Amino acid sequence: MDRRELLDPFAGMLASCCAPADIRRIEAGGTHLEMWEAIESSGFLQALVPESQGGIGLRMASVAPLFMALGGNAVPLPVAETMIARSLLSTAGIGTISGSIALACQNGAGSTFVPYGRVCDHVLIDDGSALQLFDVRQLERQYTNVPGSVDAWLNLPKSGEALRIIRPGSGISHLGALVSAAAISGAADRLLDMTTTYANERVQFGKPIGRQQALQQQLAVMAEDVIAVRLAAELACQNSFLPSEIPAATAKIIASNAAVRIANTAHAVFGAIGISAEHDLQLFTRRLHNWRQAFGSEQYWQIRLGAKRLKSELRSIDWVRNTYEC
Amino acid sequence: MFENFAYADLPQDDEDLRPLVRQIAADAVVDLPMDQRARSWSGFDAAFSRKLGEAGLLGLTIPEQYGGGGRGPFARFVVVEELLAAGAPVAAHWIADRQSAPLILNFGTEEQRQFYIPRICRGEALFCIGMSEPGSGSDLASVTTKAERTKKGWRLNGQKIWTTNSLHSDYMIALVRTSGGAEDRHKGLSQLIVDLKLPGITIKPISDLTGDAHFAEVFFDDVDLSADALIGEEGAGWKQVVAELAFERSGPERIYSSIILLDSWIAHLREAGRSDDTTLSLVGEFMARLATLRGMSVACTALLAAGESPVVEASIIKDLGTSFEQDLPAAIANDLASHPDESANPELYRTLQYVSHIAPSFSLRGGTREILRGIIARGLGLR
Repeated sequence: MDRRELLDPFAGMLASCCAPADIRRIEAGGTHLEMWEAIESSGFLQALVPESQGGIGLRMASVAPLFMALGGNAVPLPVAETMIARSLLSTAGIGTISGSIALACQNGAGSTFVPYGRVCDHVLIDDGSALQLFDVRQLERQYTNVPGSVDAWLNLPKSGEALRIIRPGSGISHLGALVSAAAISGAADRLLDMTTTYANERVQFGKPIGRQQALQQQLAVMAEDVIAVRLAAELACQNSFLPSEIPAATAKIIASNAAVRIANTAHAVFGAIGISAEHDLQLFTRRLHNWRQAFGSEQYWQIRLGAKRLKSELRSIDWVRNTYEC
Repeated sequence: MFENFAYADLPQDDEDLRPLVRQIAADAVVDLPMDQRARSWSGFDAAFSRKLGEAGLLGLTIPEQYGGGGRGPFARFVVVEELLAAGAPVAAHWIADRQSAPLILNFGTEEQRQFYIPRICRGEALFCIGMSEPGSGSDLASVTTKAERTKKGWRLNGQKIWTTNSLHSDYMIALVRTSGGAEDRHKGLSQLIVDLKLPGITIKPISDLTGDAHFAEVFFDDVDLSADALIGEEGAGWKQVVAELAFERSGPERIYSSIILLDSWIAHLREAGRSDDTTLSLVGEFMARLATLRGMSVACTALLAAGESPVVEASIIKDLGTSFEQDLPAAIANDLASHPDESANPELYRTLQYVSHIAPSFSLRGGTREILRGIIARGLGLR
């Protein structure tokens, strides 16, 4: 399928339901029901559910541009996560659960950090031995109290109350990592666009600041990062329906590594105005920092990837070719 | 931005070349120590290049009627990747195969194509590129080597410098001024094919800091060239050079210059049984960058295969790729010297020293970092 054939209606749908004012309203604690209703009724949440289960049955590669568009629109709801959760649940023979589903990995006995934990309806938790689906209304939530944050800590009950399904081989942390990497990619692309446009408009010392060589070199580096993140995310979405761990780890390493640099360059070019809450820049740069940390930072995945690499006697190029199936 | 620069697959037909080139490359390096394999780019072995030619592994992007493989950039990608992964000595045919043959195919006359290209494809005509001059650096528009019209053709005077492998090459494709002066910048530049055996040419090798001598200075003193030395259009040299550089900057060679060192180091880590988090993190970072850069290089090859001239995309890959190539020796040196308790492997040590010392050249050859970033900035609409 042509990339745009799927992306254009999706992007159009997001443009109409997820304007900066809508994002700010939800971030401030307002209702997200209208936005969720628009997304749910678009049918895209069924993208990864097999056709035999009433879904659209798309491959991950087709959906990757949608994941990036979510980041590029700073959508404050777990949309990609819901698509993945629905596909995991349908594979386990469970019919459609309405409402949004966040993903998370249970860490120890305490409360579990859940990206989108403040705004999701359900959470699909990987506890290391199974996946459990909780209705968030029945859980104790602890908000981060970080302005604009839609994340939360959730206190999970010991057992018994959740729907349990079989945990896929390597769990779901790498799926969350891939979704975050794709979101970073979309937001980074958007930031590059915003920043170069601004550099061409903003005049200082009698000419647009984008004419300054020092700034051009910074923006060129930003573009390199943005393209590398996108290619890494695309690469991770190629080989199968649910991507395997190594390419997903790779996407997250490249994206998380670049996220801070990209955010910083964008702010450097915009100057003080970009720091203000009123400016849309922060809708994207704040998220780059969140997504960098979500489901493991670059260092976390580098250690895991390095361990896998050292188990193989192959030459590095051959290892990349074999492992990434490219 | 740059939406067409997207993931692409290597076609299976081209993957099929891999076993053959792998075997030939393995035979060529079987007796070479790692620090010699690390010199892959500058390893000059004309017999090996002829062997590749016989096996049909040169000129893969050239139509069959000129002795080429009649295939595309993906086939060349596979061959280059295998040669560099093994550390095979590619210098003899390197420039002719990558740049000169496509240039002559695209801009040359039919006579020039028939004369030069089949020999390039057989590994029998070796080329170097005469771009830099003393004082010109990245500012190629300032070249002053001059070719003046004569009754029979051209008379060439001037000097080139940093021309890799000119000492062992048969021909140089030189960027020279055929009209106007340095103030005319891009106007008045042309490309000429110079037979390096002609009278009036003096070539002096320049030793580098690793003890090798691949660079040379080339002096032209009233060198008479025939009229058919001109390649392409008179005065269009700049445009031709820019198109040529997309071939030079996009390939896997801009990622793999330190790959022998990387593999030697990983083999050492396995032997030493080292698996602390600091080590694993460094290995993981390098593998993630390698996989991504390779994906980008394949994506750029797809643009070449589609007939585009991905000048900006190639610049993005080259800048990121050479950063990777340069970060490797710095990080590996730090790693090895942080473990003085591990037994030293002299071959790994020599490989590390060679790559560390030569690494600054990675972001100089084929366009400096600052020039590439300027090209990217132009692609972003900032210039």
